[in-house]
Order: sequence, then C-alpha cells, then structure tokens
Amino acid sequence: MAEKRIRIMVAKPGLDGHDRGARILARAFRDAGYEVIYTGCHQTPEQIASAAVQEDVDLVGLSCLSGAHGYLFPRVVELLKEKGADDITVIGGGIIPDQDFQKLYDAGIKEIFTPGATLDSILDWIKNNLKPRD
Amino acid sequence: MSNNTEDTEQIKKIKAGDVRTASRLIRNLEDELPEAKTTLKRIFLHTGKAHVVGITGSPGAGKSTLVDAMISAFRKKEKTVGVLAVDPTSPFTGGAILGDRIRMQRHAEDAGVFVRSLATRGALGGLSKAVGDAVHVLDVMGKDMILIETVGTGQQEVEIINHSHTVIVVLVPGMGDEIQAIKAGIMEIADIFVINKADRDGSNQLANELMSMLNMAPAFPGGWRPPVIKIGSCFEPQTFNQSVDELATAIADHYRCLEETGLLGDRMKRKAMVEIGEALRDAILTPVLREMTESGEMDAIAERILKRESDPYTIAEEVAGRYLK
Repeated sequence: MAEKRIRIMVAKPGLDGHDRGARILARAFRDAGYEVIYTGCHQTPEQIASAAVQEDVDLVGLSCLSGAHGYLFPRVVELLKEKGADDITVIGGGIIPDQDFQKLYDAGIKEIFTPGATLDSILDWIKNNLKPRD
Repeated sequence: MSNNTEDTEQIKKIKAGDVRTASRLIRNLEDELPEAKTTLKRIFLHTGKAHVVGITGSPGAGKSTLVDAMISAFRKKEKTVGVLAVDPTSPFTGGAILGDRIRMQRHAEDAGVFVRSLATRGALGGLSKAVGDAVHVLDVMGKDMILIETVGTGQQEVEIINHSHTVIVVLVPGMGDEIQAIKAGIMEIADIFVINKADRDGSNQLANELMSMLNMAPAFPGGWRPPVIKIGSCFEPQTFNQSVDELATAIADHYRCLEETGLLGDRMKRKAMVEIGEALRDAILTPVLREMTESGEMDAIAERILKRESDPYTIAEEVAGRYLK
C-alpha cells in the first residue's frame, strides 16, 4: 500500500570517534518505526550532505562531541542547500554550550539536544515537527 | 496529456544523472506511489544496459567491505557504479537500521558512484520489493555497473538470481562441515565464489570443499565453471586490493561468457518473467485483497475459518471463481 515512510540519517561529522550516543539514537529511531541510515564516524560535511541526498532522507541528525559544531553543523545545512535539498531538516546534538544555540539556529539547525535530553523528548520533537514529504 | 514519447523534465534529469531526482524516484517507488509507477513505465524502455552484479552471503561475511573495494576497482577502470544495499526491516516496528553504507562512505563525494540503502519492508528472499525498480532507475542514470548487496542470507534466499547477471556468493571459513557445501539453495546460485577473510584458519579446507562440490556438478551452462577467489584481510591493503582486482576481472569475464554463449538472453528473460509475475500480482491480487479487506469480507472469512465452518482453500477457490471469468 502507498505510504510515505520517513527516513532519517544519523551522522557524525568531524574528528570525533565517540558514537555511542549516535548508535543509541539510531536504535531508538529504528524502534520508533523509522528507517535509519547511519554513516559512521569521521565524516566530512561534504560526505554527509552527499549521502543524505543519495539516500533521500527527511531528517539529518548530527552528533558532535568535539566542539567543532560551530563550523560543521552550518556547513552541512549550506551544502544541502547547494544541492537543492534544503527541504531536509537538520538537527544537532552533543556537547554544545548554551551560548552557541542561537548561532546554530540562525544557520538553519532546527533543534539542538544536549546531554541529558531524553530519548522521548527527541522522538516527540520528530513526531511533532517532521511531516512526510510533499 | 503530453506526447508519450517525449521525456518529461523528471526523466531528462534522471538520464542526465541527477542524483536528487533519481533518489526521490526510488523512494516513491519504494513507497509505491502511483505516479512513480507511471514514470517507471516510461523509463523502462531505456533500461537493460548495465551489468548487474548480486552479492550475497551470511551476516558479517564482509559483503559491504567487499562492495566498497569493488567500487574502487571498477572506478579504476573508469566505470560508473550504482549500489543498492539491502538491510532487514523489523517485523515488530517496521523500522530498520541501514548500515551497509558505513563501509562505503569514502565514495560519497565521487559523482560516479551512487549508493542507496533499502529496507526489506517485509519481503522475503534477501531483497526488498523495490530492488528491481531501483535497478532500472540506476540503469537509466547510466551506471555501467550496478551492485546489489542482499541482506545477510542463510541457506535459501536466492531471490538475487532474478535480478542479476552475475551472482557472487561470499563465504567465510568455519561455516560448517562439508555437508553444507552440497546442500541445495544458495550454494547453487554462485557464478563466482569468494572465500572472504581467507587469512583465517580453515580457508584451505573450505576451498577444497567447494572444489569437490564443483567437481561433482553434472554440467556448467555456457562452460562457465564458477571460480573460487580467496580474499584475505582488508587490513593488508596490498594483497586485499590485488584479490579484489582479480574478482573484478572474473566479473567482467563472466559477463563476456554470458554474452558469447547467449546465456545473457536467458537471464534477461528470467528477469523479465519474474517482473511480469510481480506486476501481475500487484495488478490482480493486491486490488482483490484491498477490496476484500475494505468491504469487511476478509474479517468475515477469517471468522468462518476460525469456527471451522470452511477452510482457506475452498474460500480461495470461491473468491478466484468470482474474479476470474
């Protein structure tokens, strides 16, 4: 039967090999019934944007614990736009200081989750904000 | 309605290799949107040019890593590559983790490579229902080689033969005793065997078992005896890449053999027949099931069967009699 399924990509940009959180999220998204593509660690923004377009995902969740989110996150949004894929929602998570939030929002990151965010809060956000494609 | 022979904007873009348009079409085909089917009908006549290679084997045998290395080998020969990597859907939640791509991400920025992950969405046989459709899309994009990686398979997920010209069965040492090698199913479908992780203990024994299995084969269609290629650890790049080049050569040799012996036509015909069968099921069975479900008849029938007032076989004949006149 025709049904517009939601696809999510979980990606870890930059020089950061700590992907336990990303893998737990991938698993939680799977259990919530989404199709999840996981890219693995050490990805450049270019690799992530390119993979997101090839996989035609609705959402990219970026995880960064290294402190380089200020460059990496906006760069992914920028590249998606260049590829004509700015309808893909980008959210981020990791160790991100409060004072960086606004800059990331301004760059097009739709939501940010930091340590302590519950899986339910992330799943709720997706449920409330992500609509199947047109 | 526009002229049927003229390409729509969408089809022009796909023919020009536009990734976004092609990946969206694949997705709409996966989701079984009616307009995607219309496009598929229009592009079908442009398909049939790519060499389609299926890669199958048990979970963790190293299929994705091998596909990654094969991409590099084909790119060295200046061939463009499309990859369809299938992973299982949860029967409980409908969700899926599509993780084959992790091994292939170094090709993400290469415009000559297109990797798409697919979830099985309940299909049996090691593939997803949309794989055949997705192959056509990659074909129209102009990919020279299309690699289909099945889910990790057991003994009898042989669906891959209906979609590929060349089937590679990836084995690893330690799979069991020699009885495994003479069983029916997956061991029969290989055009090429790969003994992966061949640096491990037991690889010689496995090679011997495969050889004696092949020695007992009554005949090889087209004279093609499936080669057995040993590939060692991917952490020894030099020997690993050498073996993968050997595999790439065997794949090209196999295609040539299919062409020269006319077997290619047979395989294409088998694929066509499977596609017709699937399309017929979609065209006949799906609407019948939908009608029966929506009218509540299905529920009523299930009740009757539960009460043992009738049996599924009689009812199926009754329903068929009503529709097939």
